[in-house]
Amino acid sequence: MANRLVGRAVPRKEGGDKVTGKARYIDDLTFPGMLYGATVRSPCARGRIKGIHFEGGIPWDGFTIVTATDIPGKNCIVLLSDDHPGLAQRVVNHPEEPIVLLAHPDKYLLEEARRSVRLEIESLPAVFTIEESLARKEIIWGRDNIFKSIRVEKGNVDEAWAQADFIVEGEYRTGAQEQLYIEPNGMIAVANPQEGVTVWGSMQCPYYVHKALVCLFGLPESKVRVIQVETGGGFGGKEEYPSMIAGHAALLAWKSGKPVKLIYDRAEDMAATTKRHPSRTRHRTAVSKEGKLLAMEIEFVIDGGAYMTLSPVVLSRGTIHAAGPYHCPNIRIQSRAVATNAPPHGAFRGFGAPQSTFALERHLNKVARVVGLSPEELRRRNFIREGQSTATGQVIREKVDMAGLMERAFELSRYYAKTQRFAEENRGRRDKKGIGFACFLHGAGFTGSGEKYLASVVGVEATPAGRARILAASTEIGQGANTILCQIAAEALGLEYDQIEMASPDTGVVPNSGPTVASRTCMIIGKLVESACLAVKQTLVGSGLLKPDYSPEEFFRACAAYTQKCGPLKAFSQYQPPPEIHWDEEKYRGDAYSAYAWAVYVAEVTVDSLTYEVHVDDFVAVQEVGKVINPVLGGGQIEGGVAQAIGYALFENVVWQEGRMVNSQMTNYIIPTAADVPRIRTYFDEVPYAHGPAGAKGLGELPMDGTAPAIVNAIEDALGIGLDQIPVLPEHLVELLEVSRV
Amino acid sequence: MRSCLPDYELVAPANLREALALMAGEPGAWKPFAGGTDLMVLLEAGKLPHKRFLSLWHLRELKGIEVSPTAVTLGALTTYTEVLRHPVLQQEFPCLCQGARETGGVATQNRGTLGGNIANASPAADSPPALLVYDAELELVSATGSRWVPYRGFHSSYKQMDLRPNELIARIRLPRVGRPRRHYYRKVGTRKAQAISKVVFAGVAEVEGGVVRDVRIALGSVAPTVLRCAKTEAVLRGHPTVESTVAAAQAALAGEIAPIDDFRSTAKYRRRVSLNLLAVFLQSCLGTVEQGPGPEPWYGA
Repeated sequence: MANRLVGRAVPRKEGGDKVTGKARYIDDLTFPGMLYGATVRSPCARGRIKGIHFEGGIPWDGFTIVTATDIPGKNCIVLLSDDHPGLAQRVVNHPEEPIVLLAHPDKYLLEEARRSVRLEIESLPAVFTIEESLARKEIIWGRDNIFKSIRVEKGNVDEAWAQADFIVEGEYRTGAQEQLYIEPNGMIAVANPQEGVTVWGSMQCPYYVHKALVCLFGLPESKVRVIQVETGGGFGGKEEYPSMIAGHAALLAWKSGKPVKLIYDRAEDMAATTKRHPSRTRHRTAVSKEGKLLAMEIEFVIDGGAYMTLSPVVLSRGTIHAAGPYHCPNIRIQSRAVATNAPPHGAFRGFGAPQSTFALERHLNKVARVVGLSPEELRRRNFIREGQSTATGQVIREKVDMAGLMERAFELSRYYAKTQRFAEENRGRRDKKGIGFACFLHGAGFTGSGEKYLASVVGVEATPAGRARILAASTEIGQGANTILCQIAAEALGLEYDQIEMASPDTGVVPNSGPTVASRTCMIIGKLVESACLAVKQTLVGSGLLKPDYSPEEFFRACAAYTQKCGPLKAFSQYQPPPEIHWDEEKYRGDAYSAYAWAVYVAEVTVDSLTYEVHVDDFVAVQEVGKVINPVLGGGQIEGGVAQAIGYALFENVVWQEGRMVNSQMTNYIIPTAADVPRIRTYFDEVPYAHGPAGAKGLGELPMDGTAPAIVNAIEDALGIGLDQIPVLPEHLVELLEVSRV
Repeated sequence: MRSCLPDYELVAPANLREALALMAGEPGAWKPFAGGTDLMVLLEAGKLPHKRFLSLWHLRELKGIEVSPTAVTLGALTTYTEVLRHPVLQQEFPCLCQGARETGGVATQNRGTLGGNIANASPAADSPPALLVYDAELELVSATGSRWVPYRGFHSSYKQMDLRPNELIARIRLPRVGRPRRHYYRKVGTRKAQAISKVVFAGVAEVEGGVVRDVRIALGSVAPTVLRCAKTEAVLRGHPTVESTVAAAQAALAGEIAPIDDFRSTAKYRRRVSLNLLAVFLQSCLGTVEQGPGPEPWYGA
């Protein structure tokens, strides 16, 4: 059956409001009698709080002041564990840790007041690097500084070394990265013991915020309500930290009895909230002289910052992606997430996979060189195929053709011709050109049994105004979720796109469809939308009010008739894992993801040998993501992700001083501009996935994984030197190249 | 906004005379506010200690570009946009136009002024190295009169300059040379646009028969002030641009600049790139440069 709406570039649901300025973001909202909130933060990385002094000529009587002792429930922002305090009470474990909250009607005076709180902190020795943490220079978390360890074993690695013709080792590092959503974080709260707590704000995951507030206030679930307002980007940066800000706004509202607005400016947002985990990956690879991978031993370590937050799950995804889209009979992956005295690192598009993918795709170029094969030939000989198994022993049942994707990417980028031409031309030219690529995969949805435990629920209802409405806590954060979910619903119900609307993500109204993360919204939530739509249809057909072949008008007439007869027409659908999916969390064996997106990216670069700057001249992104629901939004996800990953590879350098980001300004933290990004050529190969809506899988995070290694492989092609760390800054290249030039 | 806005005062005198009278009455009390593109960043960050400002933006006496047979004179409030669109400047002072084009984004170019850029005294400023190689002179005015000073030497040390508390920069004069010269300008920023410089290089030379008749070189971001490199110029003047001269000039430049490590770049990088840019400038003087001397503005494919 031909799709009417799926696969078409219908306009965004909220697009008109955004471009005309009608959309209201959190800082656009005001409530009568509202106060402004501010956060007083730790100046040092680790220490004991000895005193809090309210100084200066500030009329402190007019301020609402909240410290840890004002918290009515448990002093923690609960997520995976309860180690993360809402407000530090006796000790601080990272710079910028919140200690005191202030609220006042005058936001200028509030700022003066914030500067006039003097924190007396006796500093303690701190840990700032992965090495210091692993060496237990100080124990700063738990018994051993380790948030989580994972071990993956496949085959027998120890016996493989003896059969190897080559053993290749390498160490690779990636830096922190700031999400830099265009809208900084912000919340407004109304809270009192009678009505409970209600917050409005910029967020990805209303039910995460809900859970955190229930714990922080010790309230029943029904007394907490969380409403997402228009949100200007997230990229993972609004997955877990908004729970903290919502908690703070609500504590100030609870104590003052007035609505409180708490908005971070860019500097506070960059310095205090989460970033991508820095990583270190060590590879030891056994290869035959034919270029077959015999064994892979991988040690993957990520820096989690001071509290656990999401580090175990970031580690999990990074671990599972560490062996890439290749088949190798013997694999051992040992990975750890360690504590340092930096603000907690957190979710960011890719979620561990960009780190371990960078290491692998750099390492395989090294392996190819050692074996004497081209980078593409080495990969071609090891690509995973249907019926083969991944590192966790997951047998690939989908159709997968990595070699085909690679050939298509090479044709589109004229890879072979350019490899040859650049090598010749570089000899006689000052600036050097290079071309490189990376092959990778990205699992859609939560890892392992995650989706089973989330057990997401989505509803579809008929509205009195003659529309169908989707009830889900999944958030529109600029990625186009509302649009594609409405396309899927319209397709499933046989209605027009304009006849579908999204309920506002309000925990008082919508069921828990889980967080808007992990490339899961299209594949998981979209499927639930599709199922709920089919249930509505069946209800109407089954009750005899609708014949199977109906027009939209007949559909809504039937809805009205049903509502009159039986009450509101609503159907809910809850996630059920596909029957063949099994996961053993204990042994880390089994089906890590129900579906993967597959991709090959090719980057072409020029290295300016006067200034050591790298420019990406061309970029080809070829991927198989199942059915593409909306080609403009899908293409936008890829282009945006590639641009963000160009930043990760070449520009974005968080400068740390004693655990604090010192370049927390957009003039100093450099993201690429349009002038730094080439035209990104995006191609989709569509192989419908049986358990996705209309055959779709996930694609949001994918472009973040393979872009950086493709670029760094291109730099290697241009210069003939291997680089094992990102970001690759001109200041690093000058060190490597200086010797060869005057 | 991290500043307490009610603490700040901004007055807008009707004309230049009133502005100068205000400054004469309380020397140092009123800080000039031209385009505000640097001051507003500090205000937003809560790092603007001075509280009283004198808006100059509307003062017509400080605007306009005048061309005479011997000089081009720019009002201190000339914006980057006005600079980069001016045909005589494009023809005879291309380094200045390129510096203006590479300063900030369009909004900053429409609002930022040359006089403000000079008074802000950043060693990383994009246009001042061009002003230095073109032997710019500044007119400084006060309630009691005016004086012309060479721009070279105006900045004495980091953020220090030869500007009295009652004085304003009124005009910038660029002498016209009337002989063909080679111009080279390159800004190396942290990215291709909207960046603060890591190294700025400006060079102008008169070359005759392979010999450097005259040369002027200035750099930004490699010393506490923007720097005219007299010693390097002396090594080159009267010499053919052969390899040994290039090496000697690089050695002189290495001794003349004093770059530092900061969170934008490293001393080593700044030094190496400065020497590379000097070499390519000298190659361009001989017409032996392999590739175009400066980056063309890049607008995407």
